[in-house]
Amino acid sequence: MAEILLEMKNIHKKFPGVYALKGANLTLHQGEVHTLVGENGAGKSTLINVLGGIHQKEEGEIFIEGKKCQINNVLDARKNGISIIHQELVLVPYLSVAENIFLNREPGKGGMVDYRSLFANAQKFVNDLGLSLDVKKKVMELTIAQQQLVEIVKAISFQSKIIVMDEPTSSLSDKEIEALFEYVKMLKQRGIGIIYISHRLSELEQISDYVTVLRDGETIKSMKVSETSHEEIVKLMVGREMKHFYIRSYRQPGKAVLEVKNITSHKVRGISFQIRQGEIVGFAGLVGAGRTEIVKAILGFDKLISGEIKIDGQPVMIHEPAQAYELGVGYIPEDRRSEGIIPLQTVKFNISLKALHDFIRGVRVDQAREKELTQQYMDKLSIKAASQNTLLQNLSGGNQQKAVIARWLATNPKLLIMDEPTRGIDVGAKAEIYQLMDQLAAQGIAILMISSELPEIINMSDRVIVMREGQISGILNHEDATQERIMSYAVSI
Amino acid sequence: MSVKKKIALSEKSKSFFSQYMGQLVFFAVIFVLLSFSSKTFLTGQNLLNVSRQISTNMIVSCAMTMILITGGIDLSIGAVMALAGMISGYLSLAGVPFSICLLLSLLAGMTAGLVNGAILAYTDLPPFIVTYSVQSILRGMVYVITTAGTLRLTDKNFLTFGGGSLGFLPWPVIYMIVVMLGSYLILNKTKMGRHIYAIGGNPKAAAFAGINSRKIKLFIYALSGTLAALAGLVYTSRNTSMQPSLGTGVEMDAIAAVVLGGTSMAGGQGGIFGTIIGAVIIGIINNGLNLMRMDSFWQYIAKGIVILIAVYADYIKKQRLLKMVGK
Repeated sequence: MAEILLEMKNIHKKFPGVYALKGANLTLHQGEVHTLVGENGAGKSTLINVLGGIHQKEEGEIFIEGKKCQINNVLDARKNGISIIHQELVLVPYLSVAENIFLNREPGKGGMVDYRSLFANAQKFVNDLGLSLDVKKKVMELTIAQQQLVEIVKAISFQSKIIVMDEPTSSLSDKEIEALFEYVKMLKQRGIGIIYISHRLSELEQISDYVTVLRDGETIKSMKVSETSHEEIVKLMVGREMKHFYIRSYRQPGKAVLEVKNITSHKVRGISFQIRQGEIVGFAGLVGAGRTEIVKAILGFDKLISGEIKIDGQPVMIHEPAQAYELGVGYIPEDRRSEGIIPLQTVKFNISLKALHDFIRGVRVDQAREKELTQQYMDKLSIKAASQNTLLQNLSGGNQQKAVIARWLATNPKLLIMDEPTRGIDVGAKAEIYQLMDQLAAQGIAILMISSELPEIINMSDRVIVMREGQISGILNHEDATQERIMSYAVSI
Repeated sequence: MSVKKKIALSEKSKSFFSQYMGQLVFFAVIFVLLSFSSKTFLTGQNLLNVSRQISTNMIVSCAMTMILITGGIDLSIGAVMALAGMISGYLSLAGVPFSICLLLSLLAGMTAGLVNGAILAYTDLPPFIVTYSVQSILRGMVYVITTAGTLRLTDKNFLTFGGGSLGFLPWPVIYMIVVMLGSYLILNKTKMGRHIYAIGGNPKAAAFAGINSRKIKLFIYALSGTLAALAGLVYTSRNTSMQPSLGTGVEMDAIAAVVLGGTSMAGGQGGIFGTIIGAVIIGIINNGLNLMRMDSFWQYIAKGIVILIAVYADYIKKQRLLKMVGK
C-alpha cells in the first residue's frame, strides 16, 4: 500500500440554513485516483472546497503526509500542494495559455514580464506532459478540453501533490475523455493523488482505484472499486429513510394536455412525452441533466431546433413565455427568490399579478375584486400572512412559495410546471404543498414537476422521466419507480 | 533565424490587423471621404492641428482603457480637469512658479483618483455611481471656489506648456505620445498590466492566483486622476484661461474612444492600440465637420450617429469571432 497523502477527518461545515458537512472523512494515497460520489447536495463540492481553502471548516482536521495543516484560503491550499480544477474553469479568457499558467508568478524583473522565459517555461511544462498546446494562444480560443489541460498544467507547475477534478468529463466528448484519462494515468504514475468527482459510475472502472460515497454531508463508505458494484454504490447513495408525509390519490387521468414530440434545443435532444389531465409527471436527474432546459424549451425561453408541441391537442408554436401563459400554462420557477417572488411588494400584489387584467376596468383596478380574489387564495392555500398588505419578503419560504402557486392558480391554468416546488421550505409546509398538488391533480390540472429530491419524485408522480446529459434515459411508472432505479438511469451504469 | 523572425512578425501583424480591421477600415473610409470633401483636410498643418486637438482626449482615454478593462469606469475625469486647471490657475496668478503649479495640480488629480480608487477597492459600490458622485462634488467645489468666474493666465511658462511647440511638434502632442507609449508598456509589458486584464476577465481566477485587486484599482484610478489633471493643465494653457466648466463631458468622449477601439465595457478585453484608433476617429470626425463648416449643434448629432455606426460594426465583427471560436 502506498503512503497516505491526505486525511480529512470529521469535517463539519454549516451554511445558513444548511448543515452541509456532518463529519465527513476522506483518505487519499499517493498515486491513487479516488472518486467521490453522492446525490446533489450530498456535500461533495463542499468537501473539496474546504480542502481547497474556498470554504472554512467549522470542525475537523486535515493531515497532509501525516502533518496537520491549517487551510484558510486558496494560497494556503496551494502551499500545501493542493490544486483544484473546478467544473467552471477558472481561467482568464483574454490572456494566453502561458500567462494563465503563471498568473501572478510571471517571470521578470522590476515589474516587467519576461515573455521569453514565460513562454519557454510554459512550453517546458506542456512538453513535459506530452501535450500539444500552443502556449501563446489566448485561452478563449481553446476548446473546453484544452482549457482543462491548461488547468492540469497549472496544477503540475505548482508542484501539486493532490489534484482535485470536479466533474471534468461533463462537457467533453468521448474522445476527449479518453485523452483526459491518459493524462490522469500519467499523473498517477508521478505519485500524485487525484480526487475525482463524477456522476458517471461507468467511469469508475476506467480510472478509479477507490470510491467514497457521501450522503447528507456524511461519509457513508469508502471502498476499493474492485470490491464493490454499481448497485451497491447506488444503494449507498440514496439509502435514506422515507418520510410519510406524501399525500397522493391516484386517479384515472383524462385527455392529454401537453404532448411533446421529439423536441431538440441547444441543451436537450429528442425529448418526447405527454402529460394528461390529473397527472403529475416527475422529472428526475442530476443537476445539469437538462430537466429545467426542457421546460425552457417548451416555454420559449430557449429556441426549439426541431420537434412539435401540442397543447390540448392543438399544435402550438411558442416563441416566448407570454404565449405559453396565454395558452393556460403556469410556471413556478426553480429559484423562488430571483425568478418567482417580488419580495418588496405585498402579498396581494404577488397573488393578483398574473390575473390582473381581469380586474382592470379601463384604467382603474377593481380593488374590491382584487381583494376578494386574494383572500380566496389565501384561505384556500392557507397562506399565513398578517394581512394582504404584508410585504412578501416577510413571509416564510413555504408561504412565499404558496403565494407564487396562488398567482398561477388565479389564471386557471391547464398545465402547471413546478421546478423544485419544495426547495428550501420546511417539512410542514412541504406536506401542505404536496396536499395542494394532489388536490390540483384531482381537479384535472396536469402537473409537470422537476425535483432533485427522489422521495418527492417517487411519492408524488404518476410517471417518472429520468434525464441524463440532455436526453431522456428512462421512463418509469409510479409502481416501478424506486430510488435505485431512478439513480441508475440518472448516472449511466 | 531571420526567416523565423519574419514569420513571427507577419503573424503578429496579421492578428493585429484582423483584431482592429473594423476600426481601420472605418478610419480609412472617413479619412478618404474627408480628403475629397475638404481641400484643407489633407494638409500638414491641419493634420498637426488634429493631433493637437485630440491630445487631451487621448491622454485621458489611455487611463480610461485600463479602467474599462478591469470592468470599471471613471466619470470624474472632466471635473478633475477643472480642479487641476483651477488650482494651477490660482497658484499661477499668485506668482507661484509654473513647475510648482504643475506638480501640485498633478498631485491634486492623483488624490482625487485615489479617493475613487480607495472607495472602489474597499467597498462593493458600483464604479459608475462612485465616480459620478466624486465628479459632482469636485465640479461643485470648482464652481463654489471660482464663483463661476474665469481665471486669465499671464505666466509665460504656463502658456507655453500647452500652447507652445518643440520644433514643429506641439507640446501637447509630445505629452500624448509619451502617455500612449507608457500606457502601452504598462498594459502589455508589465505584470501589473497582465493583472489588469486578469481582474477584468475573470475576477475569481485573479483572486485564486492571489492577485491584489485593491492595489491595482488604487493604481489605475490614481493614474486616471493624474492624467486628467495633466489634460486639464494642457487645456487651460491652450485657452490662456481657466473656466469652471472646463472638461464638461470629456469622460463621455473618452469612453466613446475606448469602446470604439474595441475595448469591452464588460471588462477583460481591449488595448491601447484600439483606443488610439478610436480617439483618432473621433478627432478627425470633429475636425472634418468643422472644416465642412457644419453648425456645431448639428455636429453633436452627426458625431453621435457616426460613433453608433462604428461601435455597431465592431460588435458585429466580435459576434462573428465568437461564433468562430464556438462560444
